[in-house]
Amino acid sequence: MTTLAFVLLIIFASLGCVINHRSAVSIRNSGIRLASITLYHGLFALFLVFIPILVLILLWLVLQEPLLEFYLLRSVLAEYLVEASKGETDLVLAEIRSIANGTIFGAPEEWKLAAGEYLASLQDLFSKLLVLTVSVLALILIFVARYKVRSEFRARQNVERIVTWLMIACSVVAIFTTLGIIASLLVETGRFFSLVPITEFLFGLNWEPQIPMREDQVAAEGAFGWIPVFVGTLVITAVALFISVPVGLMSAIYLNEFANQRIRSFSKPVLEILAGVPTIVYGFFAILVVTPAFRSFGDSVGIDVSPNTALAAGGVMGIMLIPFISSFTDDALSAVPKSLRDGSLALGATPSETMLKVLFPAAIPGIVGGILLAVSRAIGETMIVVMAAGLIAKLTLNPLDSVTTVTVQIVTLLIGDTSFDNPKTLAAFALGMMLFIVTLIINIFALRIVQKYREIYD
Amino acid sequence: MKTEMDTINLVKRSLPRRNRNQIILKGLGVSAIVFAFLMLIILISSLVTSGYKALTQTHIEFSVYIDPAKIKPEKLPRGNFKGVLQDSIFVHHEGELSKSGQKQLAKILSNGAQFELRDRVVSDPGLIGQSITLKVPTSDPYDQLNKNLIDRQTEEEFRRLKDNEIVWFDSLDQKGLISKPINWGLILNTDSRFPELAGLRGALIGSFWALLVCFLISFPLGIGAAIYLEEFATKNKFSNFIEVNINNLAAVPSVVFGLLALAVFIGWVGLPRSAPLVGGMTLALMTMPTIIIATRAALKAVPPSIREAALGVGASRQQVVFGHVLPLAMPGILTGTIIGLAQALGETAPLLLIGMNAFITSAPGTPLDTSTALPTQIFIWADSPERGFVSRASAAILVLLTFLITMNALAIYLRNKFERTW
Repeated sequence: MTTLAFVLLIIFASLGCVINHRSAVSIRNSGIRLASITLYHGLFALFLVFIPILVLILLWLVLQEPLLEFYLLRSVLAEYLVEASKGETDLVLAEIRSIANGTIFGAPEEWKLAAGEYLASLQDLFSKLLVLTVSVLALILIFVARYKVRSEFRARQNVERIVTWLMIACSVVAIFTTLGIIASLLVETGRFFSLVPITEFLFGLNWEPQIPMREDQVAAEGAFGWIPVFVGTLVITAVALFISVPVGLMSAIYLNEFANQRIRSFSKPVLEILAGVPTIVYGFFAILVVTPAFRSFGDSVGIDVSPNTALAAGGVMGIMLIPFISSFTDDALSAVPKSLRDGSLALGATPSETMLKVLFPAAIPGIVGGILLAVSRAIGETMIVVMAAGLIAKLTLNPLDSVTTVTVQIVTLLIGDTSFDNPKTLAAFALGMMLFIVTLIINIFALRIVQKYREIYD
Repeated sequence: MKTEMDTINLVKRSLPRRNRNQIILKGLGVSAIVFAFLMLIILISSLVTSGYKALTQTHIEFSVYIDPAKIKPEKLPRGNFKGVLQDSIFVHHEGELSKSGQKQLAKILSNGAQFELRDRVVSDPGLIGQSITLKVPTSDPYDQLNKNLIDRQTEEEFRRLKDNEIVWFDSLDQKGLISKPINWGLILNTDSRFPELAGLRGALIGSFWALLVCFLISFPLGIGAAIYLEEFATKNKFSNFIEVNINNLAAVPSVVFGLLALAVFIGWVGLPRSAPLVGGMTLALMTMPTIIIATRAALKAVPPSIREAALGVGASRQQVVFGHVLPLAMPGILTGTIIGLAQALGETAPLLLIGMNAFITSAPGTPLDTSTALPTQIFIWADSPERGFVSRASAAILVLLTFLITMNALAIYLRNKFERTW
């Protein structure tokens, strides 16, 4: 039925377009000059039909289920769920929903079956109602649009106004996405802090979200301190930077100053491949190759390397970040005015002295900005650490040991668990909130540095 | 007092040291690049060496006598298909076998063999009482043995196959019953608990739906936003705010988008979990900044003279943009879009959070069915303990990388073919 509604939407919109275009053409052919060309009369009808009905269908689809369930709770189910808690009500509703969809588990009570059938009949009725509403409204709109076709009607101006508003709506989606992120994180985090005190989350040194099973137990134990998780993130980030910063800087310096055109045009795309490899591939590479290599190396020199060592996850992440840092450095070095370099070379400095004492210091703000962006990438990186880093939060700075990260905890807490009322799930949102805040601050800071630096030479 | 000569000598004396420093810096640069290249080579070669083995699958081909005593036409689709298979395979075994011995050696057949036989018999009940040739995958340990992944020199107790099982396999091999054809099942089968039967069909279709939804949402929205910001918006606080938002969204960690989808799309709106529709919507939000940035760059690259010429002959501003600037910018926009979609195809973390990592043995028919996607399927297989899934995961990564390379190659082709320099 939903598909039918969308098909009808397209048919009616095209129909309106054709009708208006035809009638505009016939006015023009009768010798009257139109204020707008015929095309715009057609487009006007198209938009007039398409937009309101599309909005109607989407709203209907989003609102139908919650409204029907609300009605069901008030009417048929009211007597059975007098003293049911919210969780129980949700369970019953889920069961009735699956009965309405035709899947019946076990032998539910008679009244649930009846409610399921009732819900199914309501759903059927409402989807038929949707198609009916769409058809009626579309016909009315086609009629209105057709009525508007006049020689003096300024169809182009109207269409352009609609298009402008459509484009503004497209741009506003970005704002709504940000708002959605902030709102969802804030709401769920707020619920988390109503179960677990905020001070414990921010300053607690223990992170053991998997152990407690009951809500009261969790609040009592307070195993939700994010410090060890964050420290683990920092350890892995540090390892990643330890690899990517020197390699990225050096390769950028070489490509920018010493390499000839052929090496440059070959090397840059190859480095970009490293940036284009999906992170899940890096994660798999870490557990397939890097961790066993570190472990056998550790065995041969007699050091105990954990099977989820931070070195492996961090090292692979470092490889991923090489092209990131190298391209930022390259851009920053290229942005230094040619006069500085020419001046230095003219004074007799070797190219390496020019690079290290003139170009590099001048480019430092841009490079630092790039490194900061790499840090925020490393903190937010998920798949490599989910696959290669540990699950247990240990407060340690030893990279040979196994540490966990914020993103690993978010993923493991949410995999396979749907209920929104237990602190385990909500803790993931609190961690996500911290992740969002930390990366946002770093990003803003980095962009500031990069932009400020650009202004100096432009 | 220093003379000119002194200075020249000073410089001359310092020159070897300075040249040495230059060589050191160059050497460091070269070694950094070599290191990065080396890592790329190791990455790809390790994936290929572990993945190419899953591109073939050991099969066993033998004739099966469908015993009417064990499979009765009136009882279909029930019947002792396992027994029929066992009887037929042990024709090739020399010597007596105990009941437990039979049970052990029958494990050479994949668990899917009986279902394949059942499907054939059910579709043509006339086969009962006849002999047919059946070609089915062997189970994973024998597949590993055939690919030399199980070392015959290992002590028996540490080996996944016992001595008698290896002898059994070799005897079948000598009779020419074992073959190793290309593993089309990797693409045509859906996921399974048994590595020899597991394939990517569900994941590929799931990824297709998700990418389609992602494209349908992000492409029009992205272009609309980019055109507005680049061509129409006046510089004010509002447009500035939008721009800041877009730039920030481009840098938000992907897992946060997963949280957004989980809370808003699934929690508040009530869309189904594990559905490619939700996955596609999430990916669309992530891809939109990429498309906006690429579109704006492409619009900027169209020279102002085009706009002025169109305005000069009386076009309205929108006619200029949609009739002249946008068509000229289209190659650049498409290139950016394809690259954005390629990124979205490899994105895993948000899909994990919305539950697209479930174990699902049927391919999704619509974007609302539960499904996995290509990267999440890799994640599931990489997490599985069975040895056979590791090479499957590598092979799946090779499939994923093939798609990414194709998409990027297409983007580069489009850019080279249609890009115009003004």
